[in-house]
Amino acid sequence: MSTISGKTIAEKIFSAHSGTDAHAGDIVVANVDFVMGQDGTSPLAIRALNNMGVDEVFDPNKVALVMDHSSPSPIEGVSALHTIMREFGKKTGCHVYDVGRGVCHQLIPEAGHVVPGDLMVGCDSHTCTYGAVNVFSTGVGSTDGAAAMAAGKLWFKVPDTLRVTYNGELKPGVFSKDLILYLAGQIGADGATYMALEFDGSVIDALSVDARMTISNMAIEVGAKAGLMKADAKTLAWYEGRGEKTPAPVDPDADAIYARELMFDAAAIGPQIAKPHSVDNVSPIEEVEGTPIAQGYLGTCTNGRLEDLAIAAGILAGRKVHPDVRFIVAPASKQILLDAIEAGYIQTLVEAGAIMVTPGCGPCVGTHNGVPSNGENVISTANRNFRGRMGNSNAFIYLGSPATVAASVIEGAITDPRKYFEGGVR
Amino acid sequence: MAITAKAFKYGDDINTDYIISGKYKFKSNDMEAMAVHAMEDLDADYYNKVHPDGGFLVAGTNFGMGSSREQAPLVLIHSNTKAVLAKTFARIFYRNAINTGLPVVECDTDQIADGDSLELDLEAGVLRNLTQGTEIPFAPLPPVMAQLLADGGLVEHFKKHGGFAL
Repeated sequence: MSTISGKTIAEKIFSAHSGTDAHAGDIVVANVDFVMGQDGTSPLAIRALNNMGVDEVFDPNKVALVMDHSSPSPIEGVSALHTIMREFGKKTGCHVYDVGRGVCHQLIPEAGHVVPGDLMVGCDSHTCTYGAVNVFSTGVGSTDGAAAMAAGKLWFKVPDTLRVTYNGELKPGVFSKDLILYLAGQIGADGATYMALEFDGSVIDALSVDARMTISNMAIEVGAKAGLMKADAKTLAWYEGRGEKTPAPVDPDADAIYARELMFDAAAIGPQIAKPHSVDNVSPIEEVEGTPIAQGYLGTCTNGRLEDLAIAAGILAGRKVHPDVRFIVAPASKQILLDAIEAGYIQTLVEAGAIMVTPGCGPCVGTHNGVPSNGENVISTANRNFRGRMGNSNAFIYLGSPATVAASVIEGAITDPRKYFEGGVR
Repeated sequence: MAITAKAFKYGDDINTDYIISGKYKFKSNDMEAMAVHAMEDLDADYYNKVHPDGGFLVAGTNFGMGSSREQAPLVLIHSNTKAVLAKTFARIFYRNAINTGLPVVECDTDQIADGDSLELDLEAGVLRNLTQGTEIPFAPLPPVMAQLLADGGLVEHFKKHGGFAL
C-alpha cells in the first residue's frame, strides 16, 4: 500500500527501475543495469539461455562473464567450462574477463560497469558488495541470471530494510571487517533474511571505499539481499576515471520506514574472529588468541584490495612469516596487483614469506591454490568458513581482518593485531 | 499429484557448500555425476539413502544459506530428493529451487521425525505425516512463484511467453 512516508534506498532504486511507486513487500519487474556471472555459475546460465532458445544478450555492454573462482584452470573439466564462457563471449559480444584479471566483485565496479543508483544482479552471492558504492546489487542463481541477460529485467520482491548505524570511531587496529563480523555475531546468519541492510554513521563516513566494500560484501552472511550505503564525495572521487557512466546517487528519505534499526558504538568493538564452521560463530579475538595456525590467507572479494595489502605489508615489513605457516596472498584484481607492486607492498610481503597466487578467488572456494590438510587451522580474510569451504572438510577456518591475519602468520597462532597499532600508528 | 516418501531430517543453517561442495561444483556441468556428492560433508550416505526410493529433505531454519550456486537444487533433484521442507529458507536458494523445479515447503518441521513417512500434495496444499497421523499446514507459494512453477520453471515460462509475463 502506498503511503505518504519516505523511502529507503532500496525502495527508491526499485521505484526508478520498475516505473512504479515501489514499497517494501511489493513484487516488481525491474530493469537491470548490469548482469554478471562467474566460472562456477555462467556455464549453467549459458545452458539455461540455450534451453530458452535465446542466442543473444539484451545488451552486450551490460553483461560480463568472469573467470575467477577456479582460474587458471586446475583440471580439464574447468578448462571446458572456461571454453564455454569464452565462446559465449565471442558469440554475443559481452564482456569476458579471462584468467588473471581478478575477482568479479572487484572488476565490475573497478571498470565502472555499475555506478551509484544502479540496479544489478550477479550469479554469485557476494554480488551485494557494490552496495558500498550505492548500487542495489544482489546475488541470483544461474537461471535468474540467464533471464536477466536475455530480457534486461528480472522480478524482485522489494525488501524491507534493516538500518545499521556505527557511531563513534574505530580504535587503532580495528577495521571494517571487525564491524561486519561483529554484526554477524549479533544478529546471526539469518538475521536479515529477505531484507536490505543500510549502513550509516560516522564510522562508515570515515571509511575508505575499499573498507566499505568489505562490509557490504558480507551482507549475504546475515541473509541480506543487499548491503547499501549512501554515495558521498569519497564515492564520487573513487569513480573518477572509471568509465563513461554518470553516477546518480540515491539517499534514503529522512522519514523512510525501517523494519528494524540497530546502533553500535565502534569504540566498544575490538578485533573479531568468526570461528569454525559458521560466519556468525563470532567472538572477540581474546577468546581465541594463541590458537595455532598452519595457513594464512589474505585476499578474496572481502579483503583483497589495495588497502588490505597495505595494512598487511605495514605489519610484515621487516618481519617474517612463521616457518610452520604457509601465507597465501591473492590480490583481488590485476590492477590491484600492479598498484601494490608500484607501492612496494608485494616486495614487502614476498620478502616476509608470502606466497603470491593469481588475482582471483584464490583458495577461498576450495578448488585450488592452497587446500588445507586434515586437522589444520586456517586464518583467512575471506567471508565464509563453512566446513569444507577450502576443499577439506577436516580443516578449520577462522575469519578475521587483514591485520589479524598478518599478525597471526608472524606468530603461527591467532594474534591480536592491536600491538602493531599502539600509539595511533594507523 | 501427491508424493509419498520418507523424511531425512537435518538441522538449522544447512549451507550450499554442504549441499554441494565447491570442490565438486566447479568440475563440470554434469549434475547427474555430481549428485552422488549431495550433502556429503554433512552426511556421506545421503545419496545412497535417498536415491533408490526418493525422499524428502527436512531441515530447520535458514535452509540453503550461502552461495548462489544453482547446482545446489539441481544435485538434490538428481539425488531423487522430492522436496525440501524447512522452517525457513535462505532467499537465493528458494528462488533457485522454484526456477529449477525443486518444490520447497515452509512449514513447522518440528512435527516431523527422521524416518517418518510423509505425503505431500502441492496442488491441494496438504502435507501429511503418515507415521504420526498428523496434517502439517503450510503457506502457499507467493503468486509470482506459483505461476512460474505452474509454467514449469523460469526457462519454460520464457519459452511460453517470450519473456517475463508476470
